[in-house]
Amino acid sequence: MNRFKNEYAGRILVTICGGFLIVLTLIIAIFLIVRGSVTFTQFHHSVAEFLFSSDWSPEDSAGAYGGGVGSAIYIVGSLLTCGLALLIAAPFSIAAAVFITEISPELGTKLFQPAVEIFVGIPSVVYGWVGMTVLVPWIRDAFNAPMGGYSVLAAGIVLAVMIFPTITTVAADSIRSVSDNYRKAAYGLGSTRWQMIWHISLPAAMPGILTGIILGLARAFGEALAVAMVIGKTRAFPDSILSPTNNLTSAIASDMGNSANGGEMNMALWSMALLLFLISIACILVIHLISARSQKKMLGK
Amino acid sequence: MTREKVLRAAALVITGIMAAGAVGCGSSAGSTTTAAGSTTTKAAGSTTTKAASAAKVSGQITAAGSSALLPLVQDAADAFMAENPDCVISVNGGGSGQGLKQVSDGAVNIGNSDVFAEDKLDADAAAQLEDHEVCTVTMAPIVNKDLGVTNLSTDDLVKIFTGEITNWSAVGGPDENIMLITRPSSSGTRTLFKEWALNGAEESSSSALETDDSGTLLQNVADNKNAIGYVALSYLVSNSSVQAVSIDGVAPTLENTYNGSYKVWGYEHMYTKKGADNTAAEAFINYMMGDAYSSKLEGMGYGVSSKMTQNAIDAHKK
Repeated sequence: MNRFKNEYAGRILVTICGGFLIVLTLIIAIFLIVRGSVTFTQFHHSVAEFLFSSDWSPEDSAGAYGGGVGSAIYIVGSLLTCGLALLIAAPFSIAAAVFITEISPELGTKLFQPAVEIFVGIPSVVYGWVGMTVLVPWIRDAFNAPMGGYSVLAAGIVLAVMIFPTITTVAADSIRSVSDNYRKAAYGLGSTRWQMIWHISLPAAMPGILTGIILGLARAFGEALAVAMVIGKTRAFPDSILSPTNNLTSAIASDMGNSANGGEMNMALWSMALLLFLISIACILVIHLISARSQKKMLGK
Repeated sequence: MTREKVLRAAALVITGIMAAGAVGCGSSAGSTTTAAGSTTTKAAGSTTTKAASAAKVSGQITAAGSSALLPLVQDAADAFMAENPDCVISVNGGGSGQGLKQVSDGAVNIGNSDVFAEDKLDADAAAQLEDHEVCTVTMAPIVNKDLGVTNLSTDDLVKIFTGEITNWSAVGGPDENIMLITRPSSSGTRTLFKEWALNGAEESSSSALETDDSGTLLQNVADNKNAIGYVALSYLVSNSSVQAVSIDGVAPTLENTYNGSYKVWGYEHMYTKKGADNTAAEAFINYMMGDAYSSKLEGMGYGVSSKMTQNAIDAHKK
């Protein structure tokens, strides 16, 4: 009995919990694949139409089909906003990570890092709300944006603020884990601190930094609420970053409750959900590839 | 105590509070299926009522669906529960499609919808449901107060919403580009507006901002001088920040809806499932449609179904 308590009880508990999580993930994946593929199997749309056409006019009643399910506008909208968010957030995040690890570790760990972590805890609806009440009118007035300031730019900035802590935290951890021997060797050869950061720390930490960027990208892709509040949700390709457009998550969120269950529109929305799921899997795969590669490099193979 | 111990104690306390909260929610929600998304609990069988001789209604009623109807059902539920203390009503949104699906599955007693069940469910499932046209809802085009436009012809309205007219000067307004603000294509408000105000013309989605809810739409119209959108009259009773627009000279009011001169309106539906024990649910629906509640209903901007004149009903036949 004692033996059971000392060894097996904990093991069984942990195994059950772990197994449950794996099963849950698999079930969600299977569910998404089953629902998301109906558009292509039952409603006879091609994958190419779904990905590359911009004709979005699905039927919204049970059983009827024959409309268009082209989601190119939503996909391009997601790519554009996430790309813009990365362009804005990545330089700031890497700079912040360098600051808290190399430039001012004291201030960085005591003040800067906790401050960054607070950002993670702010609910996305708050980001969206602030974006809508502060950012959107500002863009309207500052750039004379055509549709009241609702724009790709607004969505990109809101997303950038949201993914900034993710990239910063992961990048900082990665820079911190670069061996001090490298730094000492660089200083020994007469490098300045900046030369050491630029030529030694950053390249050595690059796999970790890339992982942070991809994690941020995955978060940006999945974010619905905050983006939906500032993107304008116009079903058109944007003319400029000041024009409104729409993205995958907003499209799902705005029509999922009202559309007829099992109808063409509803199922096309599930296909978008499946696409988002595949994108996040792809991101995770890339992260694994990067870390596998860097491990090889470290071992000198 | 060390710092770590303090932290650990704090974490335990917080976890405990959250767990207690979850259990508390669970015990009250378990039998009534409050979550809009859950479809597992069969609530239809849990509705119990005393013998018909007792005047008071008791039991549990669950309703979900249309967000346009939500404030009214919520208000009526509070009033009904005050009169029948043994009755518990929980109301959720989730959208018309969700409401219809859930009542069809037996997950809730009442499914609220802006549209007919036939539009969202397959014929077999729709035939299983009983329609209650609890009230009417009138949709009004709205513009910014500073724009100076108070009336539009149906023709101009169609041209504005289809993107054919893009400047206010074409309809007697200032020289400003028109900013269209619409609702998602699955929205009941949009469906009604398209059918009765735009004569079935499809709105131009490629040049319009889309907002998830009428409150946001209203705010956007109030914030942008060149904007036009549409909301249910119920959103305008307590809000004077925007200008409601007359169509062909007829103002969007309840009186004009009743007498048939204003045509952009529709019934709000509360569906129950045939064959289930709906005594409490039907008592509640009858209360909402009854005379005692009608002035409250009108006060919130909805129309009383029984006040619709034959004229208005005839004009609305397809």
